Amino acid sequence: MSIDMSQFHQVFFEECFEGLEAMESGLLSLDIGDIDPEAINTIFRAAHSIKGGSGTFGFTVVAEYTHIMETLLDEMRDGRRQVTKQAVDVLLGSVDCLREMLTSIQNEEEVNAQSVAQHQAALETELNGESSASSPSSAPAQPAISQSPSPVESQEEDDEPEIEEEQGWKISFCPYLNLLKTGNDPVRLFRELSALGQLTSNVNIQDVPPFNELDPEECNISWDLVLVSDASESAVREIFSWVEDDCELELAPLAKPKKKKKPKAAPAPIVAPVVTETKDVAAPALAPPPAVVVKKAPTEAEAAKNAPKASSSIRVDTDKIDTLINMVGEVVITQSMLGLIGENFTMDKVGQLKRGLAQLERHTRDLQQSVMNIRMLPISFVFSRFPRLVHDISTKLNKKITLKLVGENTEVDKAVVELINDPLVHLIRNSLDHGIEMPAERIAAGKPETGTIELKAYHRGGHIVIEIIDDGRGMDKSKLLAKAIEKGLVEESAIMTDKQILELIFMPGFSTAEQLSDISGRGVGMDVVRRNIQSLGGNIDIISELGKGSTIAIHLPLTLAILDGQSVAVGDETYIVPLVSIIESINITEKMLNKVAGKGETFKLRNEYLPIIRMREIFNVKSGAATKPNEGVIVVVEGQGALCGFLVDELLGQQQVVIKSLEANYRRVEGVSGATILGDGSVALILDVPGLVRLSVC
Amino acid sequence: MTEKNENEIDDINGESGTKKNADTSTIIQYLSFVLGKEEYGVDILRVQEIRSWEPVSRVPNVPFYEKGVVNLRGAIVPIIDLRERFSLSKPEYTPLTVVVVLQTGSGSHTRIMGVVVDSVSDVISIERTDIQSAPDFGTKVSNEFINGLVSVNERMVMLLDVDKLLLLEALEQNDY
Repeated sequence: MSIDMSQFHQVFFEECFEGLEAMESGLLSLDIGDIDPEAINTIFRAAHSIKGGSGTFGFTVVAEYTHIMETLLDEMRDGRRQVTKQAVDVLLGSVDCLREMLTSIQNEEEVNAQSVAQHQAALETELNGESSASSPSSAPAQPAISQSPSPVESQEEDDEPEIEEEQGWKISFCPYLNLLKTGNDPVRLFRELSALGQLTSNVNIQDVPPFNELDPEECNISWDLVLVSDASESAVREIFSWVEDDCELELAPLAKPKKKKKPKAAPAPIVAPVVTETKDVAAPALAPPPAVVVKKAPTEAEAAKNAPKASSSIRVDTDKIDTLINMVGEVVITQSMLGLIGENFTMDKVGQLKRGLAQLERHTRDLQQSVMNIRMLPISFVFSRFPRLVHDISTKLNKKITLKLVGENTEVDKAVVELINDPLVHLIRNSLDHGIEMPAERIAAGKPETGTIELKAYHRGGHIVIEIIDDGRGMDKSKLLAKAIEKGLVEESAIMTDKQILELIFMPGFSTAEQLSDISGRGVGMDVVRRNIQSLGGNIDIISELGKGSTIAIHLPLTLAILDGQSVAVGDETYIVPLVSIIESINITEKMLNKVAGKGETFKLRNEYLPIIRMREIFNVKSGAATKPNEGVIVVVEGQGALCGFLVDELLGQQQVVIKSLEANYRRVEGVSGATILGDGSVALILDVPGLVRLSVC
Repeated sequence: MTEKNENEIDDINGESGTKKNADTSTIIQYLSFVLGKEEYGVDILRVQEIRSWEPVSRVPNVPFYEKGVVNLRGAIVPIIDLRERFSLSKPEYTPLTVVVVLQTGSGSHTRIMGVVVDSVSDVISIERTDIQSAPDFGTKVSNEFINGLVSVNERMVMLLDVDKLLLLEALEQNDY
């Protein structure tokens, strides 16, 4: 009977995080002035499925919390509540809080009850405070809503119920003071009751204390309810089953129909408590936010500390799988066809065999492509987080910024998607903080008040290009250079091209920000960004014009599983140099060679002297005759931002190679980033260019 | 690690005390092979396959007995010459040279490596209780990956601990 639910947890969490993302992007795209009901519906649906799921899996904390959000959203959806910026912010905060809760649960840790309570309080004040401001229906006043006949009326309902003999119940509901604190809301009970039949209510407010003694969290009101319905006693009691320990409940059958719906009077006297309620509620409503902010910092640190368990599953479009299955079918057919030819082979079948092999080759290539496709995810997986980031930071900085996303559906390998996020966050923060000016400054410069950051992705060649374009103040090259000289990173007399000056920002410890902020400006980062991108086999370029803005372009390989390589021969051995790091390959003459201190060899390439790394020496190759530099080929490569020449014996050819891990069965080897299998079945090592440059320098 | 080694040997000793009470299910099969003039054995459950020698791709800057890597049906597998590892016989590589492909590790992290031996001789069944612990030669001879000794037809067979053989690679990674 007992099913192991934990096997579904992974799916549940994935769906929840997806739902949260949907909510977040929905909330961010809400236009306060002009609400699209469909957008609210989307958010509501996401919240609803999280609530349902967490209830099923027994994560009641999450379910209860989401329930409050859902109530708020429900009111927005029905147009009973105005969508305000404040409400949206509270909801965004709740999304964060939910994400935190779910992460804790996923990592099997304690949920941070304090933070949850704070967010919940903020939500509840929003729920109560806001609704009473827009319509007289805060918690105690909400019976006003339930008073109106429910849309689902029982069959005995009539326009003039008093004429007929009716069944029903007279309910005296007198909650204890702590009813609200237990998380129960009378309104919800009444709504359920009204689903059973026609409900009329009479409110007793004689116990409500004077205004200055009123505790908004206490329930001082009791109700006399009349339910006209054929529901059984147990059905009515069922509704109150959650609160039966927190109230006095009396149920009496209705002998005769009530004369008239008295409670029409109710809304009038209730105005007084409503006003007091909202006022009192408003005060705590202002209080929580600072507390929430204070709490935020440690939780964020905690989140960073327990690095999220990387989920290694992937969601794949069914279409992609179908294509794959078709492809496999084709391969199987071809294989059986070839098998048939091979069974009784005669020379006259050669043509048939060749055709079969050609077909097999085509299918294999297609198959490879569709398998690679499965790992491809749209870049929107990364991009979708940025609207929130920009929203938060621009609010914090008092800047007006719109974020434009272009080419979100560009597909890229899952591994790249996962690793590109942090560098992008860093770059966008930089653009927000340093790039875009304050609104006043922008107007003074004759630019629109609102700055624009464009995040753009597209395919070019075998690469994906991601550009971050801002129309901010751009980078001041003379200032950059001055700073670099001041920090001793550059010689004073150095002559540098514009590009070289801009690349200074990738130097460790370089920052031109006049003052530090908690967003950026500490000068750590850009070098890390560049290193991360290079470790993915990509590179990063900057174009910047003072006063007009900057563009940062990142080029990344589409996949980390396949690499374009140049195979080179060193002695009898074959190595693969990644094509991305090769600048050019040249034959050199004796004249171009120089020695530094009698040992280090350099050669002159146009106007630069570049060090030579002899592959034969660094890899201890003994086979084959030693070559002089002028008999071999110099492959000019870029690694760690420096150019350098690898001396190899021969260039063999360019090919796409499948990257295989050396570490899986063996271990890491200096100067080698992996291995691949060549056409003849032998293994060739792939060079780790930055690593080799480092190895030879040290 | 040595501590664990001792514990294991203690276990074996402990069982040899209750020798005749042991039931028949304690029989373990070992694959025995020859290195120089000595005979070694590995747990047969660790042996994935036995292959003939084929040229390897050398890996630069690793210890001399790590011959390189080969392509074993798409996996990159290191080849270690046990003869050189134990300084036993002159390595000669002919098509008759044998590579025993061993599996090590457990659970999700298993590794495969090939070891070069002179020749494979037999599959031997050994009563667990017949295994003696390797004598301690002090520092003269390292017996760190010898699990125990067993006598088969008056010949001594040294039983190798496959996990430690590969663990050694990891250790060397640090001091390399």
